[in-house]
Amino acid sequence: MTVPNLHIYVLAAPLLTAFFVNLFGRRSNTVIAILTIGSLTFSSLASLVVMSGILKHGQINYVVGNWQAPYGIELVVDHLSALMLVLISVVALLASMSALKSVSQEVPGREHQLFTLYLILIAGLMGLVLTGDTFNLYVMLEITSITAYGLIAMGKGRAPLASFNYVIMGSVGACFYLLGVGYLYLMTGSLNMADIYQILQTMDGGAAVATAFAFILIGLWIKMAFFPLHGWLPNAYSLAPTGVALIAAPLMTKVTIYLMVRVMFSVFSAEYNFVQHQLAQNIIVWTAAVGIICASAMALAQRDLKRMLSYIIVAEVGYMVGGIWLANETGMTGAILHIVNDALMTLCLFLAVAAIIYRLGSCEFDQLQGIYRKMPITMAAFTVGAFSMIGIPPTAGFFSKWYLLLGGIEAGQWGYVVALLFSSLVNAILFFRIIEIGFFHRDGEPHSHEEAAKAPLSMQIPLMVSAATLIIIGLSSGSLVDAIIKLTIPIGF
Amino acid sequence: MKLLQEQTQKLKIGESLIIQTASRLLIPFIQLFGLYVIVHGHYSPGGGFQGGVILGASFVLLALAFDQKFSMQYMSEKTSGLLANTGALIFVGTGTLCAIFGGLFLHYSALDVLIPLGPIEWRSFGIFIVEVGVGLAVMSNMAILFWVLGSNGEMDEGL
Repeated sequence: MTVPNLHIYVLAAPLLTAFFVNLFGRRSNTVIAILTIGSLTFSSLASLVVMSGILKHGQINYVVGNWQAPYGIELVVDHLSALMLVLISVVALLASMSALKSVSQEVPGREHQLFTLYLILIAGLMGLVLTGDTFNLYVMLEITSITAYGLIAMGKGRAPLASFNYVIMGSVGACFYLLGVGYLYLMTGSLNMADIYQILQTMDGGAAVATAFAFILIGLWIKMAFFPLHGWLPNAYSLAPTGVALIAAPLMTKVTIYLMVRVMFSVFSAEYNFVQHQLAQNIIVWTAAVGIICASAMALAQRDLKRMLSYIIVAEVGYMVGGIWLANETGMTGAILHIVNDALMTLCLFLAVAAIIYRLGSCEFDQLQGIYRKMPITMAAFTVGAFSMIGIPPTAGFFSKWYLLLGGIEAGQWGYVVALLFSSLVNAILFFRIIEIGFFHRDGEPHSHEEAAKAPLSMQIPLMVSAATLIIIGLSSGSLVDAIIKLTIPIGF
Repeated sequence: MKLLQEQTQKLKIGESLIIQTASRLLIPFIQLFGLYVIVHGHYSPGGGFQGGVILGASFVLLALAFDQKFSMQYMSEKTSGLLANTGALIFVGTGTLCAIFGGLFLHYSALDVLIPLGPIEWRSFGIFIVEVGVGLAVMSNMAILFWVLGSNGEMDEGL
């Protein structure tokens, strides 16, 4: 194996395995488990090697099929995409360990179909962070979305309807993005990000480029469920099979935020984003602030843990979009650190939810009485995740939120700062309510649900690992920021 | 003619003898044309996707003229699932093989190490292999899509 291809192997491993899972996974679930875990372990290790290579030697430019850029498809692995690659492969590995059990309970008999889509989804996400070509980005975006539509529709009850809703919204988003790319292509005659960047520097784009910018941003916002465009997300994530929510919730919105960063700084420039469109910048930060408050308030109204978490995701998207548009280095650091932290804490909470659902069959608040007694390990990890979501110091969530707050104060965006504090308070209420129900309410009446099964070790281990990671990343976030995040900040700050 | 008439009456499927006879005549040529489009795709107009759609359309015509069960005798649900997977696997596998044999992903000239044909011939031949994979995947997916949508997912007689 040659080293220059290593990041391609990271992507190719899940993609190749996806088809083997479909071909050989019909017979037994053990085959699916071995193939999935095996390929994702390989990807995780390889992505770590890629990351260390990038830290040593800097950015890799790679041309697929040896067709030179700007005509061929270029893959660019810089610090930010290497970080995202590690994040995706590790989160996917942990999530799939738990998903294997959860899926065989919830969607029996269709595991091989589900895991085929699951692995293609992961490969698509990896493709999204690797690509350096705007049209290739669209293709990858559709690969991830279409597999997600299929995966969500495998859920019970109204899941197909939620998926259909997502299909409509997602397709509108994709069309907007494609239209924006079309405008850019008209103006510059290129699809390669670096090439477009160069050309845009030398020309006065005017209204056409601004239209392209707006179309691309709104398309991505629909895909990432940024506040007024979030309608599809809560139903889609809470009705999907739990195993699917495990991968979709931590990764899909976060990767789309990465895409926004990529488009804003690798296609357009910081000067274009923040100086030429100052009014837009203010509006976006204020929308983010309103979004954070509304989504937090809606989370308060939920009586189901999974739905509540889905609304929290919408609020978190507001954190990151707002953080990026604060237009200062602290906010940007906070936003990128928060991409990592939020992926890990969402993963931790959803892994806990998967274990609870595996055992109780549901995660409505009424079912959670006395849960701390029944599942002490799961709930301990859940508490760590919850603390991180609230932002209590030793956990990771605190540090990125701190950066975001400082960035907000530095930029003088007081609305955003207030929204962040409000959302932290609401999160505290939300999670302490669950802790109260689970810890202090003894179950007076017997459970209406039969206990389905004890959560097996393969669901507990990834949960504990992710909870431990939250604390480790939290404690070492200073060095993480210095060693990696500082280098991922796009030029122009 | 009499023989055909008796056969259709025995089968008791489909709308009319004329459509069925015409389809019986047309389908071999449609499939041959589909293969032609796939095979010539890498140096003339055409390609795996187009050819795959034409091949898939032949199964759709079969299902419309007779019924869905009848068309599924020629390519069962399971076979088409296998073919779709194999097709996609051929595409990704070729790309990965190129990377493993020292080239870049999908850089077919690298396969020269495997069978020495010359790098330029491999460029052309590599595209051909990929087109075959695409053709297989598209053909079976076309057929499956029609079957699933036409029978509400029941996989019975259909429309």
